[in-house]
Amino acid sequence: MQEAPYPHVVRIAIGTRKGLWTAVGGTDGWELSQPLKDMAEFAAVAWMPRPDAPPRLLVGARSWFWGATVMTSDDLGRTWTDPEHAAIAFPADTGAAIERVWTLEPDPALPDVVWAGGEPHSLWRSDSGGESFALVRDLWDHPHRSNWMAGAGGPALHNVHRRPDGSTLVAMTGSGVYRSQDGMTDWEPANRGISAVFMPDEDPEYGQCVHRLAVDSADPTRLYVQNHGGVFRSIDSGDSWVEISAGLPESEFGFVVLAHPARGGTVWVIPIRAETMLPANGELRVWRSDDAGDTWVAQGSGLPDDFYAAVLRDAAHVVPYGSDTALAFGTRNGHVYISLDGGHTFTEVARDLPDVLSLRIWPA
Amino acid sequence: MIVRVILPGALTDFAGGQRELNVEHPEPCTVADVVGSLAVTHPALTRRIVDETGQLRRFVNIYVGLDECRRIGGLAAVVPSGCDVHVIGSIAGG
Repeated sequence: MQEAPYPHVVRIAIGTRKGLWTAVGGTDGWELSQPLKDMAEFAAVAWMPRPDAPPRLLVGARSWFWGATVMTSDDLGRTWTDPEHAAIAFPADTGAAIERVWTLEPDPALPDVVWAGGEPHSLWRSDSGGESFALVRDLWDHPHRSNWMAGAGGPALHNVHRRPDGSTLVAMTGSGVYRSQDGMTDWEPANRGISAVFMPDEDPEYGQCVHRLAVDSADPTRLYVQNHGGVFRSIDSGDSWVEISAGLPESEFGFVVLAHPARGGTVWVIPIRAETMLPANGELRVWRSDDAGDTWVAQGSGLPDDFYAAVLRDAAHVVPYGSDTALAFGTRNGHVYISLDGGHTFTEVARDLPDVLSLRIWPA
Repeated sequence: MIVRVILPGALTDFAGGQRELNVEHPEPCTVADVVGSLAVTHPALTRRIVDETGQLRRFVNIYVGLDECRRIGGLAAVVPSGCDVHVIGSIAGG
């Protein structure tokens, strides 16, 4: 049997609080670019596939002075397109202004369609590969919106998942998980069983502070969330959730949850302590489950001890790599690590960057 | 009247490389009128000065002569004939 093409090299887009970098490498080592963009934070980065061409690199950029926007590059970050008229801006009748683009997700099935999550809580759709976005109005006009709350980072829609049946799941701070059958209308909360330890009613219909959502690759009805207060699993597309934190250290907090891109039931989290937002015991570890969260194993070979920084929600990514995965993440003290063997061993890709806010891997 | 708008270096890329732009507007002319005129000719520049609701961005200052506009009426402040308008990024580092 012929082996599948083995991508010896991957490219990583690294968005930080003060600039954008890429790194290229693999088993033979890593090369970090010079800053491709500076004087702005990059809370969202994405690679969009293009036929017979390098991927388009999209970034959600925000200057503290000059505001937020989405820019694109078709030459791996050497030159950029920033439209005259803002790629992403609220319609005038909303009275709102885009504060930050928290996530950019190319649609897995529709060419040139890109989804964006924004602050304040908002979902956006682009049909032009990220050159311009339209507000998904039905979610913006949702009757719950006036009750959605901000997290410490702001009122963010930070996670978008399109599923094979065309339905869409989003995750938001201070609001929870919402889903829509057609991705545009009929939005409903899907939080039953996810705790809201910061509210008098700890099991509200909505208002949970979900930090990250992942969809199982083998069974898209199986979902995982890293919540502000535990890790949870649903086996019914979000109709109900159960906590799967048992076995994790300091399990009440964290930002990252990643589902294996090909193997059902395999999922990773990076727990941190709620009180300090630092890794438990000062040990940077990735915790892996191969049974959908029933049991967990720490993976830390190559990762440091005496480590006192968090990993943020969009600063981790996993893609297929050879017969396994490439799993990378960046930390708030500017280190980037990657594993090319499913998390068993990690290698340092970069260090001493500004706070890493976002990270996406592309098989180069 | 013609108002000379002086830009910070960080925004010249959005003004065709120019550090100064002249805006023509009948009197009376307000800061909002100047910004509105710039929005027609230089939209990418203007959206960095004001957001899509028209609000002056938090860390952007517009000086009418020597007065920061927020102290003299904000975007409604009148720009006297012959007075320059300076767009300046505010102190945000210490």
